[in-house]
Amino acid sequence: MSAVTVNSAGVSAADPRIPLRNHLRHTGALIRRNLLWIRQDPESMFDAILFPVIFTLLFVYVFGGSIGQSLGGGQEAYVQYVVPGLLAMMGMNMAQGVGTGFNTDFHTGVMDRFRSLPIGRASVLIAKISVEMMRMLVASAVLMVVGVLVGFHIHHWLGMLAAIGLSAVFGSALMWVFLTLGVTMKSAQSVQAMGFLVLMPLQFGSSIFAPTQSMPGWLQNFTDYNPLSALADAARGLMVGGPVAHGTLLTLAWSVGLTAVMAPISIYKFRTKT
Amino acid sequence: MTRIDMNSGGTAVSVRGLVKHYGETKALDGVDLDVREGTVMGVLGPNGAGKTTLVRILSTLLAPTSGEATVAGYDVLRQPRQLRRVIGLTGQYASVDEKLPGWENLYMIGRLLDLSRKDSRARADELLERFSLTDAAKRPASTYSGGMRRRLDLAASMIGHPQVLFLDEPTTGLDPRTRMEVWDEVKSMVGGGVTVLLTTQYMEEAEALASELTVVDHGKVVAGGAIDELKARVGGRALRIRPADPLQLRPLARALDDLGITGLATVTVDVESGTVLVPILSDEQLTAVVGAVSARGIVIASITTELPSLDEVFLSLTGHRAGAPQDSVPTHDREEVAV
Repeated sequence: MSAVTVNSAGVSAADPRIPLRNHLRHTGALIRRNLLWIRQDPESMFDAILFPVIFTLLFVYVFGGSIGQSLGGGQEAYVQYVVPGLLAMMGMNMAQGVGTGFNTDFHTGVMDRFRSLPIGRASVLIAKISVEMMRMLVASAVLMVVGVLVGFHIHHWLGMLAAIGLSAVFGSALMWVFLTLGVTMKSAQSVQAMGFLVLMPLQFGSSIFAPTQSMPGWLQNFTDYNPLSALADAARGLMVGGPVAHGTLLTLAWSVGLTAVMAPISIYKFRTKT
Repeated sequence: MTRIDMNSGGTAVSVRGLVKHYGETKALDGVDLDVREGTVMGVLGPNGAGKTTLVRILSTLLAPTSGEATVAGYDVLRQPRQLRRVIGLTGQYASVDEKLPGWENLYMIGRLLDLSRKDSRARADELLERFSLTDAAKRPASTYSGGMRRRLDLAASMIGHPQVLFLDEPTTGLDPRTRMEVWDEVKSMVGGGVTVLLTTQYMEEAEALASELTVVDHGKVVAGGAIDELKARVGGRALRIRPADPLQLRPLARALDDLGITGLATVTVDVESGTVLVPILSDEQLTAVVGAVSARGIVIASITTELPSLDEVFLSLTGHRAGAPQDSVPTHDREEVAV
């Protein structure tokens, strides 16, 4: 039986391949959907705006004095240390929200409709990631403003942009990990709990909040391989000066590796989810 | 949209030996089904009969364990993308984005179906108008009533001018008035030439919308055929007539017995409610019954049409209740329930 259907965009139904232009259109329509959500519910931006404010104030004023001393300065020295570190954390926290949000989305009927439409199923995931990247950039911008207000001194403006970009790249790679969790796990609560269990040791077992020299040897080994240490060190180097190459390359390697492995897995899981 | 169909009058949906197992559970256990183009096929069955599983496989949301199925000539497993372009799906639970306004829902689907921005806008306006949702266009779907949400869902399914439309229990959970509204919408869609596969738990709904019926239970087809044919087998409609004077009950029953209409089954007298129950097969018989009653000078206080319930349909067709194992229903039960 041969039924040929040609729609207004000139896509023949006999051709199963979706042209790139159409992929972009689909992703664009889905990005619009996610942005409309934010317009409908502006409170959903609160975490992106408040998170950097609270963490900066908390770390600078609670731990700043004492950790700063060990850095050979005081609170001012710690501000220079922790603000780039928090930038590394930004991507991570936004990424965690993707998994929870996507899991909730999955329990609504609209996913069935998307999956019964002739679109590449990756567009649904890519749209989600694109919007979360925008949220991540908002959070990074807020962090920079708050950082400067509490005394952070940006030595290299271009370096700052590069650091934000690097953090976004790593954050997007992490999002694929959380999307996979979001698609695979049964409830949003378990996604959140799982994310917390994975993220806590990664965040604190890194050079984000404190230099690693005073940590025990076994922990130093862990922090050395922790991609968040690499990202935090690179961000520090880029914004305030210091070694850059090693941290940047390590972060990029982690990002490429995570994306290469997790993106196909999450798309496959999404495609075969029943 | 230009449609070149080289196989008109053919089969829009074809299902052969379809099986879906979830571990030990056999959701579908060898289903065969054909839906002719431009017709409405009703798939009738109780909860858990496998109706939703069937729709999910046909709309490529679920892969079958074994068996074959084609929709508009496209294989569900081998040509899912082409298939998705020619179907519309309205799920059991409204498949719209509740956080988005009605208009945005339709516009988004237009874009996902590769309509231009202009066409997507026009189509969204047109369908909102047609489904009487224009006033609610800008409100989030979460503020809609149950009926409005179903209508938005139907509108969303129609955006791509589908050849085959899957309606999975389109009125489950709706009040009777809203159910009628949805039926009217479905009827007008069918007028446009679309083929519909509709699942339902209600004989009434199947009768209102479908021309052919497939009865499923425990993942198997237990009966199938034209609605009229099946109705003849299950007794179809019944007229419940209440004479104004209760003393006229027996004479009325006798008059109807004497009518001698071919196929007119046994007339039952229900003394308690003061009514006579007459199974009828056609509108002609209805007219004949009413004519005979008035010819005898019997005054009628009320006359209502009753349809067999799903349970009664199952009893007549399969000898057991819907969803129950065959041996669990004693035979005397059957006589009590049957019309």
